[in-house]
Amino acid sequence: MKLFFFHLMPYADLDLSYADAYDTAWVTLPNSYFDPAKGKAAYDRYIGELELADQLGFDGICVNEHHQTAYGLMPAPNLIAAALTRTTKNAKIAILGRALPLVNNPVNIAEEFAMLDQMSGGRIITGFVRGIGSEYYAAGVNPTLSHERYYEAHDLILQAWTREGPFKFHGRHYNFDYVNLWPRPVQQPHPPVWVPSQGSRETIEWCAAKERRYTYLQTFSPLPLAQKNFDAYREVAANDGYEAQPSQLGWAVPTYVAETDEIARRELKPHIEAFFNRFLRFPIEMRMPPGYSSVASAKHLIETKFALRSTDQTIDTLSDLGMVMYGSPRTVRDKFLHHQKTMGFGNLIAMMQIATQPAEQTEKSLRLFASEVAPHLRDVSQTAHAAQ
Amino acid sequence: MSDFTEEPVDVRGTTLSVQQAGAGEPLLFLHGAGGRNWTALHKKLAESYRVIAPEHPGFGRSQIPEWMLSMADLSLFYLDFIERLGLEGVHLAGHSLGGWLTAEIATRNTSRLKTVSLLAPAGVAAPEEPFGDIFLWTPEQATRAQFFDQSLAEKRLAVAPDLDLLLQNKAATARLAWNPRLANPQLPYWLHRIDKPTLVLWGRQDRIVPFACQPHWLKGLPHAQAATLDECGHAIHNEKPDAAAERMTSFIKGAKA
Repeated sequence: MKLFFFHLMPYADLDLSYADAYDTAWVTLPNSYFDPAKGKAAYDRYIGELELADQLGFDGICVNEHHQTAYGLMPAPNLIAAALTRTTKNAKIAILGRALPLVNNPVNIAEEFAMLDQMSGGRIITGFVRGIGSEYYAAGVNPTLSHERYYEAHDLILQAWTREGPFKFHGRHYNFDYVNLWPRPVQQPHPPVWVPSQGSRETIEWCAAKERRYTYLQTFSPLPLAQKNFDAYREVAANDGYEAQPSQLGWAVPTYVAETDEIARRELKPHIEAFFNRFLRFPIEMRMPPGYSSVASAKHLIETKFALRSTDQTIDTLSDLGMVMYGSPRTVRDKFLHHQKTMGFGNLIAMMQIATQPAEQTEKSLRLFASEVAPHLRDVSQTAHAAQ
Repeated sequence: MSDFTEEPVDVRGTTLSVQQAGAGEPLLFLHGAGGRNWTALHKKLAESYRVIAPEHPGFGRSQIPEWMLSMADLSLFYLDFIERLGLEGVHLAGHSLGGWLTAEIATRNTSRLKTVSLLAPAGVAAPEEPFGDIFLWTPEQATRAQFFDQSLAEKRLAVAPDLDLLLQNKAATARLAWNPRLANPQLPYWLHRIDKPTLVLWGRQDRIVPFACQPHWLKGLPHAQAATLDECGHAIHNEKPDAAAERMTSFIKGAKA
C-alpha cells in the first residue's frame, strides 16, 4: 500500500481551558487565543515535518483546508503545498482538499491546482470536499446549496482541466463566458482526484461511478463505518461493471509509534484526547448547519451524537472504536496489516502530528514508522479485497 | 374539534397546505421561520376576518419547486397565490420571516392589498443591534429567545419537539435567508412603494429581531404607524395574542375610516 503523512497544522499552543468559557474551537472561539508571536515557529516546524516525511520515503504528504479554527492553521492549503513543491523531491503532495462550494470562482481552484501540478512536476493529488458544517458559518455560503455547488464546481474544474479553451460555462451557481486555463496541468488528462469524506451513500456512489473512479478517503471514523463504506464502494463498482482497486480506497487515521506500547500510550494520551475532546469540538448546530445534509442524516447525527457529547473520549474508548492506531512499531505494523486485509484499502493516510503533540514526539514517531513499520506495509498485496 | 380548516391549494403546480377560519374580509397571515401554527392570535383574528394561513413552500407539508431560491421568488409566488384564491382587498400580515416576506410582496404589487401588518419583521437589519443567530443557537437558546416571559419558554421546552419538522423548517429558512442573514440590504430603498396603510408592531424585548429595527422601517414606509408591546419578546403571536389582535384590528378599522 501507499503510505501518506497527513498534517492538520493545529494551533498546538491552544489554551485547552478555553472549554470552560467556549463550547467550540471553531468559528466563535475568539482569535485572541492565537498568539501572533507563535505562528512563524509553528509553520516552520510543521513544514519541516512534511519535508522530513518526504526524506524518509513516505509516498505522499498531505495538507488540508479549514477555516477560523485552532484545529488547523491552513485556511489556504495551496500556500503550504506551493512551499513544499520547492523543498520536497519525491513525495506526492496531496491537498485534501479544497472545499469547492465555499468559493464563488471555482476556476481559481482549477488554476491553482494546475500551477501546483506544474511547479511540482506532476506530483500533486487534488482533493475535492464540501467543507465541514462550520465552514458555512465562516464562509457565509448557503449550506442548503452545498451539494449542488459542489457538483457544479467539480464539473467546471474538470472541464477547465480537460477541454480546450476558451469555452463557456453556464450553471445555476457559476457562470463564465470565458474559461481558458493557463497553465494546463502537467498530469494528463488531469491530476488525480481524491474525495475525503465521512461517507454518505450518495458521495460513495458518486465517487465509485465508473466514469469517475475517484479515490474515496474515509476520514477519522470508527472502524465499522470505514468497513461499511469501503464495502459500499466495491459494491457500487461491481454494479457498475468493474472491480474497485485498493488504490481507490484510502483510510485516514491518527497514528503514533513509540519504542513500546506502554510508552506510546503514555505519550499519546493527552494529545489524542485533546484532539477529539478539545480541537474537534463543536455544538451540533455548528457541525450540521441547516440543509447541509438531508433531514434523515441530520436527525441520525443528532440522535447519535447527543450520547457522545455528554462524555469526553479517552484514549481507550477511541482505540476501541479504531479511531487511533498507536503502539510499538510491531504493534502498529500488525494493526495496519490486519486492517488492510479486512478493509482492502490501498492508501494509508496517517496523521502523525496530533493536536498538542510536541516536535520531538512527532519526529520520533515519523522515524520509527519509516524505518520499522513502512517496509512491512509497502509490499502488502494491492489486489482487490473481495467484498464482504 | 379543530377551529380551522386545512386543505391543499395548488399554485401553478406547487401544492401548499392552507389553514383557514372565520368570515369577512380576507386576512392573509404569513408565518415566520419557526413554521406555521394556528395560534391564539389567528384564533382571535378569525373572530373578525377570514384568516388564511398558508404554510410556505419548503416548510412542513408544503412543496417547494427546485428552482425557488430566494425571497424575491417567494414574494412573486405569493402574488400568484393571492390571484389563485381570487382575493381582493387583502389585509396582508406576516411575522418575522413572514413579515419580511409581507414587505417584499407589498413593494412589488399592492393592487390587491388593503392594509399591511408587519409583526417583528426580519428583512431590514439595524446595524447597531444584529439579529440573534437562530441557526447556531441550540433549540433551548432559540426557544428562550422567543419569549420575554421565561415561564412560557419553559412550558414550550417541556414538550419534545418534532425533530423532522424542526430540521425541515430550519433548512427551508436557510435556503431563503442564509446570506445576507435574514435580511435584504436593498429592501429599504423600495419601501416607498408600499402605498397602503402599514402597521409596524414589535415586542419591546425582542431578542431575535431586535426592537431597534423598528425605526429603520418607519424611516422608509410612507404610510406607517408604529405599535409596541411591552413585556413581549419575538413570539408576539404566542406571548401577547390578545394585545396583538387588538392592535391589528384597531389599525385595520382605522385604516378603513
